[in-house]
Amino acid sequence: MTVAQSPAPQPVLRLSGISKSFPGVRALSDVQLELHAGEVTALIGENGAGKSTIVKVLTGIYQPDAGVIEVAGQATTFPTADAAARAGVTAIHQETVLFDELTVAENIFLGHAPRTRFGLIDWAAMEAQSRELLARIGATLNPRAVLRDLGIASKHLVAIARALSIDARVVIMDEPTAALSHKEIHELYDLVERLKAEGKAILFISHKFDEIFQIADRYTVFRDGQFIGAGRMADVTEGQLVQMMVGRSVDQIFPARTRNIGAPVLTVSGYSHPTEFADIGFTLHKGEILGFYGLVGAGRSEVMQSLFGITAPSKGACRIGERVIAIRSTAQAIDEGIVYVPEDRGKQGAVKGLPIFQNITLPSLGRMNTSGFLNMAREFKLARDYTQRLDLRAASLDQDVGLLSGGNQQKVVIAKWLATKPRVIILDEPTKGIDIGSKAAVHEFMAELAAEGLAVIMVSSEIPEILGMSDRVIVMREGRIAAELTGPDMTPERLVRAAAGIPEAA
Amino acid sequence: MTTKPTPRVIPDRLTSPLSRALRSWEALLFAVAVAVFIANSFASPYFLNAWNLSDATFNFTEKAMIAFAMALLIIAGEIDLSVASIIALASTVMGLVMTAGFGTPEIVLAGLATGLACGALNGFFVARLGLPSIVVTIGTMSLFRGISYIVLGDQAFTGYPKDFAYFGQGYVWWVFSFELVLFAVLAIGFYILLHRTNFGRAVYAIGNNPTAALFSGIRVERVRFILFLLTGLMSGIAAVCLTSRLGSTRPSIATGMELEVVTMVVLGGVSILGGSGSIPGVVLAAIIMGLVTFGFGLLNVPGIVMSIFLGLLLIGTIALPRLAKGLRRG
Repeated sequence: MTVAQSPAPQPVLRLSGISKSFPGVRALSDVQLELHAGEVTALIGENGAGKSTIVKVLTGIYQPDAGVIEVAGQATTFPTADAAARAGVTAIHQETVLFDELTVAENIFLGHAPRTRFGLIDWAAMEAQSRELLARIGATLNPRAVLRDLGIASKHLVAIARALSIDARVVIMDEPTAALSHKEIHELYDLVERLKAEGKAILFISHKFDEIFQIADRYTVFRDGQFIGAGRMADVTEGQLVQMMVGRSVDQIFPARTRNIGAPVLTVSGYSHPTEFADIGFTLHKGEILGFYGLVGAGRSEVMQSLFGITAPSKGACRIGERVIAIRSTAQAIDEGIVYVPEDRGKQGAVKGLPIFQNITLPSLGRMNTSGFLNMAREFKLARDYTQRLDLRAASLDQDVGLLSGGNQQKVVIAKWLATKPRVIILDEPTKGIDIGSKAAVHEFMAELAAEGLAVIMVSSEIPEILGMSDRVIVMREGRIAAELTGPDMTPERLVRAAAGIPEAA
Repeated sequence: MTTKPTPRVIPDRLTSPLSRALRSWEALLFAVAVAVFIANSFASPYFLNAWNLSDATFNFTEKAMIAFAMALLIIAGEIDLSVASIIALASTVMGLVMTAGFGTPEIVLAGLATGLACGALNGFFVARLGLPSIVVTIGTMSLFRGISYIVLGDQAFTGYPKDFAYFGQGYVWWVFSFELVLFAVLAIGFYILLHRTNFGRAVYAIGNNPTAALFSGIRVERVRFILFLLTGLMSGIAAVCLTSRLGSTRPSIATGMELEVVTMVVLGGVSILGGSGSIPGVVLAAIIMGLVTFGFGLLNVPGIVMSIFLGLLLIGTIALPRLAKGLRRG
């Protein structure tokens, strides 16, 4: 814009003076947010900055303690999720909230399906309209497919089609690319452009700066539940955004490491599973960070969960040092010193409902005993030691883990495992969906662990992270090891080619 | 590397255990128990008498024994609706053993063993095969009592040995009956098990998030199986006490008791969705239910009114926190 003083067009949605508190936490205090038709607004902030809370306010799940919501200039409230939907606000969440057992068409039209004149669902019309909506976003999905059978990227498409079906004016995308592969991300970008062209106002939440600079028109920054700033992307640099976000400058470079790789700790050979993976073999050394790269669905997590005793392999052997072991339960894996930080924090990582300290001591309860009884003082001490080491932010150790932000929940899960004094720590997408500040802390921490002699496996889909942190990278494709890269071979091109099965350029 | 910020000190607790206890569900239950006690003593001149009070305890001791185990089961996200039928089957087996000419020790052992076996069967279906416990135990509820009916028809076992009467009718000291003492001992035992051991912590973890519990190295399957075993054993113990107190076994023994046990557990503040609850809560709920039943008895209130009252109490208990929250929100 050349004339900065010209009155800005009226925003589709404006929040002002919004505050929201929970017991012990002030999640939002006096924040504002504007969304404009045909523009993408990036909401930027560290974990715990209040992004998820504002999304819940926007979608009618939380009621703000104070503040005004205006839709097209009219003050309104969203007392229920339904009210928000009727006002044209729809959200595509981090973990997309759809119904796995229903078909694509049913998911798109749930709650507003076309009716026949007898008031019954008009299946033919529903299917036809689904096809139309899916075509509009360039998706080639069968409306009759059951959602359970689709990948995350396809589920996103269904969620977007659903948003179009209710003629949403505001589309909230909460980390839509977190679980997507490279190609899928580009398809999503195209889709965002299409939604813009249709005049939708888009709120885009992401931790990836390249992404934000690529598709956002405006930005809004939150920090610790407060509004820090907003403006046009064209007027801001990455450095300035980071500065606003963290309130300090963050060293975005991966931590320098002194590599001190020792004897083999874990040797896996011929590991196979009837459907998920085949013939996996590798050796992990003391002090090493071994990266596992691959597209979503390449079988990386399945291999790791098998090493952790969740699923038994059909074939293959595993050795700790020189000793052959057959891991058949998680308790046994932990006894052998193998621990796993899962990708799905909410479901597999933190036990929400239990306080922080009890989460941390859960796998170490055997050591928390005095003559058979739990010693709570000892539990608190252990929790204190490890939460301090990880710089956890919480009101108290007695607080429910479910009240913490994603990044802090991740810290609790990592603390829980470090407290068991493991030999091998497997981190599955350890920085997925967490902010730059926490990310750097996790990276630095991983480097520290390796330096202390721990053997680290890191599963990641982020190329910079894989290349920046790993000593060696194993690339998996369709359940098999496609390549093992070391030293100068560790380049983005080689990784992508191996993961996608494209032969090396001549 | 950037300089490390100084580590934050996170306090262990924000609220002291005392202030938390004062605002707890258990504190409310305690107040209710005191109120019922006072109301009873005004309502009937016969209430404030050591022997009458001692008699009142028989209204809850047997149910409470099962309720302790049931509380753990419900906290872990499971339920066992077959407990009353386990009593019927255990009592029937005890009658058979008695008829075969065995003495009190064998009769008691038979009752406990039957309880354990029933619990093991439930545990096998739920923990091992992964079937939903509500369905499994509705099935075994019919199964166990059905066997009892086949064995006994419209007959009854009577003529238990004299010394067998001790478990349901005997007194350890003064007004303190064997059942009351056993109730107290079990209350302490279950308190320690749930609140002071690794096993109890695993129960809470499983109730809140079984997947994350498994991913934290908890042997989820084993814990679930043990909980069903324990519930079966407690039902066996209750069967011994009840059979001894009644002096006979009929197949209709303890009919409907499973719902009173669940009522007791839920009234005690255990979340029916799993994940939270405490033994002191269940103890207080047991005492309240016992006092109310006894008070109504003294006032000659018919049994049906009593069950209406208990029904309202249960629904009120679950609805109260919701309603209070709704009111606060305005």
